[in-house]
Amino acid sequence: MNHTPAYLIFFAALFTNNILLSNFLGMCHWLACTRNMLSATGLGMAMTIVTGLTTVLNYVIYYNILIPLRLEYLMFLMFIAVIAAFVQLAEMIVERFNAKLYYSLGIFLPLMVVNCTIMGAALFMVVRHYSFMQTVGWGFGAGGGWMLSAVLMAALRKKAGYSNPPKAFAGAGIVMIIAGFMAMAFMGFAGMVAIE
Amino acid sequence: MANNASLTAGMTHCGACDGKGTKTFRDGVLDNNPIFAQVLGICSALAVTSKLETSLVMGIGYVFVLSFSTLVVSLLRHTIPHRIRIITQVLVVCVFVIILDQLLKAFYWEASRQLGPYVGLIITNTLTLGRTEGFSIQNKPIVSLVDGVGNGLGYALVLIVIGTVRELFGTGKILGHLLLPPAIYTPNQMMVLAPGAFFGLGILIAVLNLTVLKPQGIKK
Repeated sequence: MNHTPAYLIFFAALFTNNILLSNFLGMCHWLACTRNMLSATGLGMAMTIVTGLTTVLNYVIYYNILIPLRLEYLMFLMFIAVIAAFVQLAEMIVERFNAKLYYSLGIFLPLMVVNCTIMGAALFMVVRHYSFMQTVGWGFGAGGGWMLSAVLMAALRKKAGYSNPPKAFAGAGIVMIIAGFMAMAFMGFAGMVAIE
Repeated sequence: MANNASLTAGMTHCGACDGKGTKTFRDGVLDNNPIFAQVLGICSALAVTSKLETSLVMGIGYVFVLSFSTLVVSLLRHTIPHRIRIITQVLVVCVFVIILDQLLKAFYWEASRQLGPYVGLIITNTLTLGRTEGFSIQNKPIVSLVDGVGNGLGYALVLIVIGTVRELFGTGKILGHLLLPPAIYTPNQMMVLAPGAFFGLGILIAVLNLTVLKPQGIKK
């Protein structure tokens, strides 16, 4: 058990250990949803809330139900069920309050069930033995980190749209190269705070 | 393998695969490669490929999970209610991932420890759901199995290529054996870290676009 304060874990998850740029989680949605700013911010907000809440809920379930019953191997099944329920809820809320965003996101909103960030945040929470408060910081930090990199990427891709990359790089290639530069830039934060 | 698939299809009067066996397999491995053409499942493709050994374990494990998932989903395709089909597919995948995880923990503890949470993240690999939802749910079991094995192998192939490149240029070693001594080549740590993964995949996509594939993938 480490004793890093929760707020430090939150900032580390945002900058030094950004879940997307250092752990590569949530890439598929990230590649597809950063084509415009609206879906990047919209999905980013949904991700922050869903990742934060499900990670905390999964913490409670894992340490209060699965561990006492010695059912740790059902961890994956339990986590994905919690995530699926929450995504369903988020979908209904977005549909009710922001129809424009709902149609702009389309299939990607229900597909949040298979977003690696949400599942990955829960699994890292177990691997790194976080306490409850640390889990709160980590969960919201991981979701927020995804949103941060998605918004940055949407802006960069808008700029890249006016440029003229070599034909072979058009499409996924140039996006990967941009992501590489972003990851390099984020490595500059590495000295600030470290979490393990 | 491609020959086997066509052989089976031929022997059973094209019954099992409706004569689509070879094409389905070829699509999965090459023409419609999971990573370069479908651009799915990038997360693990980048995360586990800092070393060749983890890439190999992940690749083989992924072929196992994907083939059985596509087979089972295809067998259940008339039973699964339409409205809850996505979560049903995820749960089927989940069962096989738990089996894989337990097997790795029992027999390859070292690999299981190195892969860490990335074994569990096979569940949320978009490629798995892409194949079950996009193919198995509408097709017969045998051809779905061929599709699963084909896509799994196509995926594993890419993992192995990226893993080899990153380990060789990041540390000068392959599977722990020193190939490029420091006198000839100074290892570039960047290849093992996150940016190297992005650059490596980006350049690999560009090279394949120039040589094998037509530029397709995602649009700007």
